[in-house]
Amino acid sequence: MRPTTLASQSALLNPAVLYTTLLVLGLVAPFTLYPTFLMKVLCFALFASAFNLLLGFAGLLSFGHAAFLGSAGYVCGLMMRDVGVTPELGILAGTVVAGLMGWLFGTLAIRRTGIYFAMITLALAQMVYFLVLQIKATGGEDGLQGVPRGHLFGLIDLSNNMAMYYTVYAVFCLGFFIIYRTIHSPFGQILKAIRENEPRAISLGYDVDKFKLLAFAISAALSGTAGATKTLVFQLASLSDVHWHMSGEVVLMTLLGGLGTILGPAVGGATIVTIENQLAESVGSWVTVIMGAIFVACVLLFRRGIVGEIQALLKRAGMQ
Amino acid sequence: MEIFGIPSALLGSQLLIGLINGSFYAILSLGLAIIFGLLNIINFAHGAQYMMGAFIAWLALTKFGINYWVALIATPIIVGAFGVFLERTMLRKLYKLDHLYGLLLTFGIALIIEGIFRDQFGISGQSYDVPELLAGGVSLGFMFLPIYRGWIIVAALTVCFGTWFMIEKTKLGAYLRAGTENPQMVQALGINVPLLITFTYGYGVALAAFAGVLAAPVFQVNPLMGSHLIIVVFAVVVIGGMGSIMGSIVTGLGLGLIEGLTKVFYPEASSVIVFVIMVIVLLVRPAGLFGRT
Repeated sequence: MRPTTLASQSALLNPAVLYTTLLVLGLVAPFTLYPTFLMKVLCFALFASAFNLLLGFAGLLSFGHAAFLGSAGYVCGLMMRDVGVTPELGILAGTVVAGLMGWLFGTLAIRRTGIYFAMITLALAQMVYFLVLQIKATGGEDGLQGVPRGHLFGLIDLSNNMAMYYTVYAVFCLGFFIIYRTIHSPFGQILKAIRENEPRAISLGYDVDKFKLLAFAISAALSGTAGATKTLVFQLASLSDVHWHMSGEVVLMTLLGGLGTILGPAVGGATIVTIENQLAESVGSWVTVIMGAIFVACVLLFRRGIVGEIQALLKRAGMQ
Repeated sequence: MEIFGIPSALLGSQLLIGLINGSFYAILSLGLAIIFGLLNIINFAHGAQYMMGAFIAWLALTKFGINYWVALIATPIIVGAFGVFLERTMLRKLYKLDHLYGLLLTFGIALIIEGIFRDQFGISGQSYDVPELLAGGVSLGFMFLPIYRGWIIVAALTVCFGTWFMIEKTKLGAYLRAGTENPQMVQALGINVPLLITFTYGYGVALAAFAGVLAAPVFQVNPLMGSHLIIVVFAVVVIGGMGSIMGSIVTGLGLGLIEGLTKVFYPEASSVIVFVIMVIVLLVRPAGLFGRT
């Protein structure tokens, strides 16, 4: 970071320039990188960003977000394969179901705070895991296989990887925009106020529980969007998406990228997916150990995460 | 003989299994509660430490021929020492931060431990023979009781009530309770609170390892045995609330029994019954049965 000139620093700090650059990068990326890999990155980036809305801005640590990702995947898969709806409706169905589940989970979990909140969400998600495992429609241990990608709006054939990529990219951008707008709205400001000082927010007359619940539902719904889209891309919904490991993974992505930063979770998601892709074949079960080690390193050494550290560096450089 | 149309032998054996599971829930939730009381963190690595207990006992027997009784005493000490090491080198650095970081750190540690064991031993289960002294069983008239299973319940209850006694009735326990209420004040009175915290974490971890050794002969010893169990134990902790030691023990045993009964009357629901009860408790009494708001 040292050699950058002041001019380029201020350019990078300008959100308009930054987001336009990223938008263009996303458009040209599939010409240089493997589209399927990119789609996976985008799905997890959206998942982590949705998760961060809850943890980074409302200060609520959910350890059960896999339930939303996974269930939406199953719902979308069943709608596509067995009902025969078009992909956009499949994604919508997944999103709505995940949002409703989020509302339900939220109603229960916000009755407690802090560590209890995390344990409750984890336990509820584990219940979903067992249900998915036992219900016949979800295919048990095999997961849901042979999901067709279908035709977007009945017109565009998504079995073409490029068409699929740009669909996923559009979904990601839309989801990210919703999150961005939520964070920068008065609602987002109140969430931050609750995170910083809940009693004070209450004394100012805000119905804190209502705000927390809405944040939880939005976060769950968008996690569902990510899960449903992921099912379309890979044409399967798997049991591992509802497993608690996945809930842990999204925490890791968010933490690694930068808790409470806007771009952080997406960066963290991309990083983790890349690491897993690179390592899966070479190190086998050591992936878990490496993930654990990154977790420990993030918590002990750099709690600001990648984007948080970069922001801090830029700020320091700007002040000199 | 039949009770509610269910053969009494079936009912008896499921209740026994329920009681055994309940014993494990009790020891593990007790350990979590003690750690939470003083450190204010939830030890996510508890399941991994329980698994370590079982594995160390298994390794000791198969590789070095060290018998069950030695393992039952030595393993908790070894794993407890490992806990002390974790507390001294890592957890200690997080006390001034949001308590959620402690949860995240221990989650990371759990992944590391689990990953290493999976790499070394695969995911298939290893079996551990029941020690000779406790092999066989006795007929109780209405059912057959394998002696080892009875021993689990006796051993678990002894340890649980021993811990309760230590915390509620001894001087050390008084320091511990005082430290839970107001650590600054206890420190000002000349008690070495950091040492107390280290000891507490080590003891909680040792309890998990003890449960692991007890479990080795009845469950398959495998790297994932802890993570399956710990999530249920979290639900148990939410149901009971972590405010009371006796509360953890009673809730753990009670839920084990209810789970056993569910297996008899409605087996499909047995894997989720504890979570369903958690939901009901949250709706009716959010602080937990024994919790303080």
